[in-house]
Amino acid sequence: MILPALFFYLFAGVCVASAVMVIVSRNPVHSVLFLILAFVNASGLFVLMGAEFLGMVLIFVYVGAVATLFLFVIMMLDVDFTELRSGFLEYLPIGLVIGGIFLFELLLTVGFWVINPGVAKSITAAIPTNVSNTEALGLVLYTRYIHYFQLAGMVLLVAMIGAIVLTLRHKANVKRQDINVQNARTPELAMTVRKVASGQGLQDADAAEWVR
Amino acid sequence: MSFESAGYPLQPVLPELVLAFGAMVLLMVGAYRGQGTTKLVTALSLCLLVLTGVLEWMLPAGKLTTFGGSFIVDDFARFLKILALIGSAATLVLSAEFLSDPSRRIFEYSILVLLSTLGMMVLISAGDLIMLYLGLELMSLALYVVAASNRDNAKSVEAGLKYFVLGALSSGMLLYGASLIYGFTGTVSFAGVAAAAKTGSVGLVFGLVFLLAGLCFKVSAVPFHMWTPDVYEGAPTPVTAFFASAPKVAALAVFTRAALTAFPGIVSQWQQIIVFVAIASMVLGSFAAIGQKNIKRLMAYSSIGHMGFALVGLAAGTVEGAQGVLVYIAIYVAMTLGSFAIILAMKRDGQALEQISDFAGLSRTNPLLAFFFAMLLFSLAGIPPLAGFFAKFYVFVAAIKAGLFTLAVIGVLASVVGAFYYLTIIKVMYFDEPLEKLDPMRLELRTVLAVAGIFNIFFFAYPGPLVSVASSAAKSLF
Repeated sequence: MILPALFFYLFAGVCVASAVMVIVSRNPVHSVLFLILAFVNASGLFVLMGAEFLGMVLIFVYVGAVATLFLFVIMMLDVDFTELRSGFLEYLPIGLVIGGIFLFELLLTVGFWVINPGVAKSITAAIPTNVSNTEALGLVLYTRYIHYFQLAGMVLLVAMIGAIVLTLRHKANVKRQDINVQNARTPELAMTVRKVASGQGLQDADAAEWVR
Repeated sequence: MSFESAGYPLQPVLPELVLAFGAMVLLMVGAYRGQGTTKLVTALSLCLLVLTGVLEWMLPAGKLTTFGGSFIVDDFARFLKILALIGSAATLVLSAEFLSDPSRRIFEYSILVLLSTLGMMVLISAGDLIMLYLGLELMSLALYVVAASNRDNAKSVEAGLKYFVLGALSSGMLLYGASLIYGFTGTVSFAGVAAAAKTGSVGLVFGLVFLLAGLCFKVSAVPFHMWTPDVYEGAPTPVTAFFASAPKVAALAVFTRAALTAFPGIVSQWQQIIVFVAIASMVLGSFAAIGQKNIKRLMAYSSIGHMGFALVGLAAGTVEGAQGVLVYIAIYVAMTLGSFAIILAMKRDGQALEQISDFAGLSRTNPLLAFFFAMLLFSLAGIPPLAGFFAKFYVFVAAIKAGLFTLAVIGVLASVVGAFYYLTIIKVMYFDEPLEKLDPMRLELRTVLAVAGIFNIFFFAYPGPLVSVASSAAKSLF
């Protein structure tokens, strides 16, 4: 099977390359776009491994929400990225050392760590074989794990209330839409018919009323 | 009911369902009727907390479980849930003045307290790691928001942000620990973990350490206490009172339940961690409080120290130890709420006073208040015959019976050092030159202070009910 291997190298290669580009590109907006590219390729890797639900969630959550939020923040906040980057060479040696240690540890783990063979026996929920991942999750999420789902809903409700409490301000001089007032408007209220003498136009007082 | 037939009886969660539903109804009331309803929503929230407590009380006796064992109602849960509800209700009472200020009338405050309490109840009843995490997040997320609820005050916002960032870090550690525990035992339920964790493999102990680190953060035990003084000082005072009472109950409850029911096979592994945390908290709480000038910061260090004392009981790992923890936390809540009622009453010309020097000469300008505060401080210091002495007595006896002599001796020494700074305040109140008179104390503060103070002073005469309830609650864990 050469095709999956080909796709693996394609996704993995683009993923690593775009991850590098996230760090090195000068324009922060380009960085975020490369980040999105990295996410999309990572989700492709998940699909190759048969974890289609994880791949989908990665696109939904990271590309759909997180990366878009990053883009908003970068475009809306005036962050001076050249200044942030100024210490790059100064911190390079220690960064390389830490990165090297991580890489070494990672290789050590991948090389020598063996997952306890007894674990597979003690898994409480049997892994269903004849359904897809998404279907298997759907079968238990709203039935067996309904309480977790509902509680997570309460957590999100608190997050929503919190965001409103902390950020909503009722300012005095802001024009807001009032649907009742809009619906109560009649042609008599909204329109006046004036006779305009030819060559004179409206008087200033009339014009002011018109604008209102 | 189809839930019943599926083995998911809803009766054990009835109080939680009522609380969640009521909170959502009150949210709608507030959202549609506007900020003018703050008073109404607060009063109804108080009624809802009382109703939830009554429902909890009326649940059938014995151990009830539901949702496949992930939700447990036993004597332990009942005792601590009612305690947490009392703490939350008292906090709402103490918040009346804060909420009546027209510049920040936020009806959401009581809703957030209700939802946080819901999180605490879930946390206390949690029978597996997922329930534990969800309860913890529900509780903490609401706490972060109420910490910053005075959003025009830079210190309050700083408190909220600091608490949020460090809380997220601790949640991360807890989740990492939980995932390791799941990885090494193949199950998330406490009973399943207990069955699988007969021997402490390295990976499991690793997960246990991270789990305990996350929980230590929530009870503000050293070395995860750094947020406490800043958050206590920055948050509005009624919110500080809330932080110091109900969430501590819930966090200590889940700490005890997780340690005793999920890891009974590897007591020797977690005992040394708890012993270290308890010693560090007691010592730091005693020494760091000495230099404080701000009463709220002082209460923060005091609460760090008290959590250390409570953990002494857990370190014992016996029924008596668990009983000690329960008695300790109940008495601690009473002492803390009483003290905060006094701190909230410290106002001169409508200006809140937070410095210890502001207490100067209180015994002459307001003798009754000074007497009650002195009694509460003596009790916090653990001087007989006040309630605080019995709290310490039970945990130290449990530690000695479990053979933890060093821990008990260090604990007693730390409480002697701690007595110094409590006595300093009493000295300021009774022997320093009096300042101007304080504003008259509000009725609701007086009520809370009277209940807490009388419980504190007369506990020695009639300790039976609390001790026996705590004893049966502790037995339900083993």
